[in-house]
Amino acid sequence: MIRVQLPYHLRNLASVGREVTLEVDPPVTQRSILDALEKAYPMLSGTIRDHVTKKRRPFVRFFACKMDLSDESPDAPVPDQVATGVELYVVIGAIAGG
Amino acid sequence: MSKVRVLIGTKKGAFVCTADGKRENWDIQGPFFGGWEIYHMKGSPVDPDRIYASQSNAWFGQVMQRSDDGGRTWVTPGSTEEERMTEWGFPGGESNKFVYEGDPGTHKHFDGSTRPWEFKRVWHLEPSLSDPNVVYAGVEDAAIFRSTDAGKTWQELPGLRTHGTAADWQPGAGGMCLHTILIDPKNHDRMFVAISACGCFRSDDGGKTWRPINRGLRSDFMPDPDAEVGHCVHRIAFHPSNPDVLFMQKHWDVMRSDDGGENWREVSGNLPVDFGFPIDVHAHEPNTIYVVPIKSDSEHYPPEGKLRVYRSKTGGDDWEALTNGLPQSDCYVNVLREAMAVDQMDPCGIYFGTTGGQVYVSADSGDTWKAINEHFPSVLSVEVQTLP
Repeated sequence: MIRVQLPYHLRNLASVGREVTLEVDPPVTQRSILDALEKAYPMLSGTIRDHVTKKRRPFVRFFACKMDLSDESPDAPVPDQVATGVELYVVIGAIAGG
Repeated sequence: MSKVRVLIGTKKGAFVCTADGKRENWDIQGPFFGGWEIYHMKGSPVDPDRIYASQSNAWFGQVMQRSDDGGRTWVTPGSTEEERMTEWGFPGGESNKFVYEGDPGTHKHFDGSTRPWEFKRVWHLEPSLSDPNVVYAGVEDAAIFRSTDAGKTWQELPGLRTHGTAADWQPGAGGMCLHTILIDPKNHDRMFVAISACGCFRSDDGGKTWRPINRGLRSDFMPDPDAEVGHCVHRIAFHPSNPDVLFMQKHWDVMRSDDGGENWREVSGNLPVDFGFPIDVHAHEPNTIYVVPIKSDSEHYPPEGKLRVYRSKTGGDDWEALTNGLPQSDCYVNVLREAMAVDQMDPCGIYFGTTGGQVYVSADSGDTWKAINEHFPSVLSVEVQTLP
């Protein structure tokens, strides 16, 4: 089970709490987490990644295990603590503007 | 006509304001979509209770919203009942999907380099004049899309973006946005669009093909000031009874065309400055037009700190300042291109919103002004519906 933390506006769009859980088959990667997230919550399609290119939106960041995974390969395995649900996979809106 | 409904898009949400024909006492509902930028909202002229809204922010991109009850409740088109769990619903995964047809190629950037065409947001929504399920969207990077299913899905009309000049289009400071769409009420196949900083285009076949209509525009910031494209048109407007006469607020210069955009001439006349963003036309006097002069392209606030709407009853050249009820000292707000509208009441009501969060109304064609509210978030757009 993967635990994903969403930012305020996406929680409102998906009408969920701060954290959602997802079942993701191994090997767990950022791409497979986000695919599962968009499948479970289709309203989030296009808000985190581009609809077509699947590139991360510039002001969205991905954190886990006190690391910034935003620029890591989307197909690289995520840390074991994320893959096992011990640690959160955090989707966050970058601090920009007022 | 007994009631007006004002649709206000701001940097931090949407507001819906209603009043009776006196336009004195206002009921303000909102914010809807709190914290999001609402670039534009507009109601269908066929079904006024159907309102489309463009919701976006830099973080999470574009979301489309639709109301079928006059702005009381909202859904993202295409979402199911089960999905509508928030008070304003959310997208079903397709209504925010704006994908250019084919390989979109590149356009010019500020520095002369090339950039790939990339969808950023919807600036303008123009509902069809005949079908409430049809709505056009003007987007950044500049292109026009159409939905025929009430906003559930969107298809590009690629003839505009693939015009032979498109590789040379480049953004204005606000982005390379298609911000104005006008549909000729006498011939729905004839459409006008305006793009910053490219200029105006006209289609005579319902949006399949387009051609630039910028003859007579002059822009000194361009290497060739009279070029076919590259002009930063801020807004165009016409009176529905006379769509061959177009009025334009350009980056600098107020312009007029009497032949459907084939030729333009300057009508800035005695304006204190001819830089500005919005322009609109009186509902019952096709030759009465309104602009809000701004000091310059470098200083986006009114000259002398005096917020003045200027009215010309002669279709340009001869302008009068309208100041009664507007701040005449220490006012340093801007009025953006989408932030002016007129109602259909008699006398005609004129509305505009400011970047300082004020929305003003004149119930007497501009002679006197009152604020609907002085403390909205920064106003991006104002539209008004006149209701039975």
